Amino acid sequence: MPLVNGGKIADDSFVKLAVDTPLPESGDVLVPAERFIAEADALLKRTGKVGVIWPNNRDIDELVPYLGRIAAVALVFPTFRDGRAYSQARLLRERYNYRGELRATGQILRDQFVFMLRAGFDSFEVKKQADAEAFMQTAKRYSVFYQPTGDGRITALHRRMQLRHSEGVGT
Amino acid sequence: MYAYDEIDRTLVNERVSEFRDQVKRRLSGELTEDEFKILRLQNGVYLQLHAYMFRVAIPYGTLATNQLRALAHVARKYDRSYGHFTTRQNIQFNWIKLAELPDALEDLARVGIHAMQTSGNNMRNVTSDQWAGVAPGEIEDPRIWSELIRQHTTLHPEFSFLPRKFKIAITASDHDRAAIKIHDIGLKLIKNEKGETGFEVLVGGGLGRTPFIGKTIKHFVHGRDILSYIEAILRVYNQYGRRDNIYKARIKILVHELGIEKFSREVEEEWQHIRNSSLQIDDEVIEDIRSRFTYPAYEKLPHMPDELRQAAADADFEVWRKNSVAPHKVQGYSIVTISLKPIGAPPGDATADQMDALADLADKYSFGEIRVGHEQNLALPHVAKRDLPALWKALDKLGLATPNVNLITDIIACPGLDYCSLANARSIPIAQELTRRFANHELANLIGRLHINISGCINACGHHHVGHIGILGVEKNGEEVYQITIGGRADEGAALGNLIGPGVKFDEVADVIEDVVEAYLALRERPEELFIDTVKRLGVEPFKERVYATR
Repeated sequence: MPLVNGGKIADDSFVKLAVDTPLPESGDVLVPAERFIAEADALLKRTGKVGVIWPNNRDIDELVPYLGRIAAVALVFPTFRDGRAYSQARLLRERYNYRGELRATGQILRDQFVFMLRAGFDSFEVKKQADAEAFMQTAKRYSVFYQPTGDGRITALHRRMQLRHSEGVGT
Repeated sequence: MYAYDEIDRTLVNERVSEFRDQVKRRLSGELTEDEFKILRLQNGVYLQLHAYMFRVAIPYGTLATNQLRALAHVARKYDRSYGHFTTRQNIQFNWIKLAELPDALEDLARVGIHAMQTSGNNMRNVTSDQWAGVAPGEIEDPRIWSELIRQHTTLHPEFSFLPRKFKIAITASDHDRAAIKIHDIGLKLIKNEKGETGFEVLVGGGLGRTPFIGKTIKHFVHGRDILSYIEAILRVYNQYGRRDNIYKARIKILVHELGIEKFSREVEEEWQHIRNSSLQIDDEVIEDIRSRFTYPAYEKLPHMPDELRQAAADADFEVWRKNSVAPHKVQGYSIVTISLKPIGAPPGDATADQMDALADLADKYSFGEIRVGHEQNLALPHVAKRDLPALWKALDKLGLATPNVNLITDIIACPGLDYCSLANARSIPIAQELTRRFANHELANLIGRLHINISGCINACGHHHVGHIGILGVEKNGEEVYQITIGGRADEGAALGNLIGPGVKFDEVADVIEDVVEAYLALRERPEELFIDTVKRLGVEPFKERVYATR
């Protein structure tokens, strides 16, 4: 599955570990939530980045104490119609101020990119190569946003206020 | 009327271009039907029994004449020259081609109409009182808040893939014409003791397989906090709403399973985190939206003009006036309801020619504005009383002056088995037969206010649970069978109807309804006692006896 990171198709440095795969000595690893919680100390001590794959039905409050020490959180969309991870993403970014890589995994299609970017994702394991290639074009599809989110984009309501004030200056 | 600015127009155009791309990818096979389904639903496109059905939003039920003409144009150019107004302030076209849909959307976008989120598991078209802004005694025009919420919920990046669909309705009057108690969130605009504007918030109402009347979750949420409060409810729902079973995925089930106290604690906790965020609405923002609603330059007119006095001699006019004309907040003006329920026709349908002609009449007599109500009727919201006789004559020529608003033939019905792939039974022919049975206006008038609601399946698009008489079609051993309930209502006293007994066959429905009505006429204490009040006083038993004694 192609990975889009920083707006471009990129190599994935992370190796995904199953619950029982032996831990490699070095290199970046993505670990399932239950294994991460059980082995957090050992995982964080080794060289190489650590990321965690967090299911969409597990309370992210559990992950909060570790956020400063992990390099990536991969949230899961088991199907693209299951939108729980959007809420988790916003909570991580906006409430818990998480600044590491926030990866969307599962059934990721180009039609979700704008929503995901707005919710705080910056990395995408995309299901179809063509969708990954269309990332930049798709991400720019909208120029107007009605809701404030942690992505900091100006909302339509506030753009109107700005327009109104700048018009006011001239008169 | 709300005027779209360049910002709103840009968004709608960007949405059309995205959908054009999605349709192209579907037609080329790049998108599977399973992938495309969700995307088309978010744009109001269903695959129905015979063809694609296209549902267009009419936010809070307000239409300008150029918008109604654009709907007529879509009906004519892309469909079979008619449209169907639904119970959710939408219009549906039944025979549209997938490849032409992007063009139809583009034609609508030119006049600020879209089909975003008229379907799918996201926040649906915000609905409100069709008399908003003109009804006497409302707190303020609820459309200002409806528009604010419409904008906030459009393409929301967190809540576009909810467990199930999500519907918000707003009223600002004591008499609830927006049916807020049968919505996922119902909002009632109120003033607190300090005179500040806010909302009573209800949650967890809804019909379908498991009907519930909404419960009050908070008695007062300040207007500036309403977006954060809605966001808190949705976040709790998005995280904890059931996704394992489509029939248990609506918020009403979550509220029911947790109990309103526990649910409201969860919402409260979430709300405290976000209420002072950028979701808080500045007065300036509200004023900006308010300033983009324009109101007619009403004239100073007499309460009783000569034209109306003279027309009173015409008995037919008087019958229509008494039935279709309601008081307006401005002296000398009226609100006119236009029945889309002519005898023998499918409820809620209008032809392209009727829509165009109605747009002309609205330009001439109603400051270019038309409203759509959940009863599947239209309204002209600002008619000078002196113009009523002329308007009536014009409507009559168009077949739009049936004097049956709120009477027994003003039936709400879903499209049923004739169009819908979900339906188990026919709705439209039942409605048609009932309108013929009660076509006599004297009789209908004698019966008085009585709402019949018909659904062709358990999903309850015809809101049968809240009909004074509800008719639900089900399928039993390959046959259409209809269950009859009585005592439901969708207004401020919202209640679910009670079954009167075993289901009856298609051919028997009209007879049974006649029996129920005859029982009512015999049982009511005085002519002013409405059907719904007689049922409340006596319960189901006497009606059941009357219907089943001889069957």
